[in-house]
Amino acid sequence: MATLVLTEEQQMLKDSARGFLQENAPVSAMRRLRDEGDPDGFSRATWAAMVEQGFAGTLIPEAHGGFDFGHVGMGQIQEEAGRTLTASPLLATAIVGACALVHAGTEAQQQELLAPMAAGELLTALAVDERPRHRPELVHTRAEYNGAGYTINGCKSFVIDGHVADRLIVTTRTSGECRGRDGITLFLVEPGLPGVEIVPMVTVDSRRAAEVRFNDVEVPAGAVLGHVDEGADVLDRVLAVANAHLAAELLGIAREAMDRTLQYLRERRQFGVTLGSFQALQHRMAQLFSEIELLQSAVLAALSALDEDDAEAEALCSVAKARACTVAELATNEGVQLHGGMGMTDEFDIGLFLKRARAAQQTYGDDRHHADRFARLRGY
Amino acid sequence: MSDLETFRRETRAWLEANCPASMRTPMTGDDDVCWGGRKWTFKSTDQRLWLERMAERGWTAPDWPAEYGGGLGKDETRVLREEMDRIRARPPLHSFGIWMIGPAILRFGPEHLRRQHLPPIVRGEIRWCQGYSEPGAGSDLAGLQTRAEDRGDHFIVNGQKIWTSHADRADWMFCLVRTNPDAKKQAGISLVLFDMNTPGVSTRPITLISGSSPFCETFLDNVRVEKDQVVGEVDQGWTIAKYLLTHEREMIGGFGRTAAGARTVGEQAVEAVGLEDGRLADELLRGEVARWEMDARAFELTAERARAEARAGQGVGNSSAMLKYYGTELNKRRHELLMALNGSDGLLWQGKDGHDGALARQWLRSKGNSIEGGTSEIQLNIIARNILGLG
Ligand SMILES: Cc1cc2nc3c(=O)[nH]c(=O)nc-3n(C[C@H](O)[C@H](O)[C@H](O)COP(=O)(O)OP(=O)(O)OC[C@H]3O[C@@H](n4cnc5c(N)ncnc54)[C@H](O)[C@@H]3O)c2cc1C
Repeated sequence: MATLVLTEEQQMLKDSARGFLQENAPVSAMRRLRDEGDPDGFSRATWAAMVEQGFAGTLIPEAHGGFDFGHVGMGQIQEEAGRTLTASPLLATAIVGACALVHAGTEAQQQELLAPMAAGELLTALAVDERPRHRPELVHTRAEYNGAGYTINGCKSFVIDGHVADRLIVTTRTSGECRGRDGITLFLVEPGLPGVEIVPMVTVDSRRAAEVRFNDVEVPAGAVLGHVDEGADVLDRVLAVANAHLAAELLGIAREAMDRTLQYLRERRQFGVTLGSFQALQHRMAQLFSEIELLQSAVLAALSALDEDDAEAEALCSVAKARACTVAELATNEGVQLHGGMGMTDEFDIGLFLKRARAAQQTYGDDRHHADRFARLRGY
Repeated sequence: MSDLETFRRETRAWLEANCPASMRTPMTGDDDVCWGGRKWTFKSTDQRLWLERMAERGWTAPDWPAEYGGGLGKDETRVLREEMDRIRARPPLHSFGIWMIGPAILRFGPEHLRRQHLPPIVRGEIRWCQGYSEPGAGSDLAGLQTRAEDRGDHFIVNGQKIWTSHADRADWMFCLVRTNPDAKKQAGISLVLFDMNTPGVSTRPITLISGSSPFCETFLDNVRVEKDQVVGEVDQGWTIAKYLLTHEREMIGGFGRTAAGARTVGEQAVEAVGLEDGRLADELLRGEVARWEMDARAFELTAERARAEARAGQGVGNSSAMLKYYGTELNKRRHELLMALNGSDGLLWQGKDGHDGALARQWLRSKGNSIEGGTSEIQLNIIARNILGLG
């Protein structure tokens, strides 16, 4: 049975994450990072404080210095970070990196990396996409066996946290055509190696990502994460997890955008009455409310299916992400429209939610990608 | 083993032994639904047996107190539902008595009405209809004009109801009437019960766009209603009606769910359109089917969450308005999609191979989902006002 109501412990974690983020990393903090042109795109001090709260170790086993609190727990932090638009290594390291290592890492790899990740000292980045639209199984980047290890050549775009990562998780092709599941292999690559070139970029949500190029980069055989040629299965799992947590973040964004819009509709007066008294607007908000309620159920079901290793987990993650994309798009578009001219100003926060929503939507597949994936999983 | 596990094991065994095989096949249309009542003719021996066996245990209304129904707790009721779903058992009885008026009598009394009306409802002996809407009072239900004049030990009721579902096949009506014409709109309404055989009650069927005629105009002409047939108290009818509408909404909202055992829209799509290279042969429809199925999954999870929250004593009290709105709109989308998937086959009305036009008829019937039990627009009004604080 899916967890559709939080346990007391999970609720406490959510409440404390909310309190912490509202106080330490509110939207104004994100605005300041942007205006100061911070090269990291997030605050190292805030990250250190988040680590102190235990956020970084939420998905890491206790044996490796984590808290093993599960996906439902981490999802609550993500949702609250969506409300405050908090940028941090949470997604790339504490969710994607942790999941990849826990799921596919050897004992030695886990020993080396998980504890420093839980301590917030080692950051990871997943280098997967090569085209502007997410297509994880389209891999041109090649890794050739060279007798001692592998030589990697290729280029990855939109690598989240690629500009700060201490370890890159790179999808490569070790055999077969550039399309298809067979022949994909994951590597752990140190960004300092000769031939790795990192080109940082700023995205519309004022966060940072990087293009990462590999020119004859030589890695030892021990850098393989999981099994050679069988990386697609690991990737499925890692991306499902990433998308469930992006969906949780988008849920937070949608709820915050709705709450702020409702507040505005209750206060702003035109024609001698509050905007909220117009039925045309009431119905739009009631529809948005309903969509968000369904989103919350889908997100909780996906997260708890991951915790329980449910056979339907991957399908539910796609349901959650697809719905998160359409609903956050609706919530942020309605938010801007119903704030009128105020919604178009940089000074007003609602536009910041619009921008972050689109970035999170595109990350690891938008609603169209996940509708396609869902259909395939359902056999049509 | 916990008590609940024991209950599950026993229930499973009992269902195995007592649910006839033909009652475990998906219902193919309205004909397979069992409504019971004095005028009912069973479609098969199995249908009768299944109702009798379930009614005997009170399991047509499993969570009602044992003196009227099954006496099961919430968890046991859930287990029973899960075990019925597991073998894809059909509901033994569809009943406005169980869904609507029964819970109202249980809650608002008085006691003699509980003893009089609840057991026959559980046994499927009396079929009820709902007399709310009038020609001049639809969404604005509190504007109803049917009058009940106080004649000492009884009322004399005059007026007209409309859209009364199954009035011509029902045995009793629960009816909203105005008992105090001088009070404020909502304050002067009572909920009364009477036998449809009472002199002065007459019905005229209305044919729907779907071709069937499930509801009627009901005329009330000097109908005598005993004073002891008032649910709750005189002039308390509006409160009870609102309570009942919540129940009704939850039920209609459930139409968005895919019934246990029914073929999924995806399966029906594959059958109708076919696969090419493992993908539905029509790309745009494929996307629409996937989106519908994902929305339906999220909706089912939301209904489940609402139940879980209710058990935990939390959640939005007005979630029934949201579930009613979303479930019915989803069901309408399902039928539009099925019509599109089936192309010209969806247009058939009668003729070919004994075709009865089920697709088209169900599609047309689904249009009423967002009208009956309070329209979608009214649900959105309720959400905006009661949950979002707009107004
Ligand atoms: C299949 C079916 C079964 C039914 N069964 C029963 C039954 O058993 N017993 C019974 O008593 N009734 C029954 N009804 C009646 C049903 O409850 C009414 O049809 C419904 O409440 C709407 O009332 P109306 O038809 O008068 O429409 P109206 O109230 O006239 O509404 C017409 C349109 O105006 C919109 N509208 C009205 N007011 C507002 C507002 N304030 N804001 C925005 N839009 C508004 C409505 O949403 C609708 O779209 C049934 C109806 C159907 C379709």
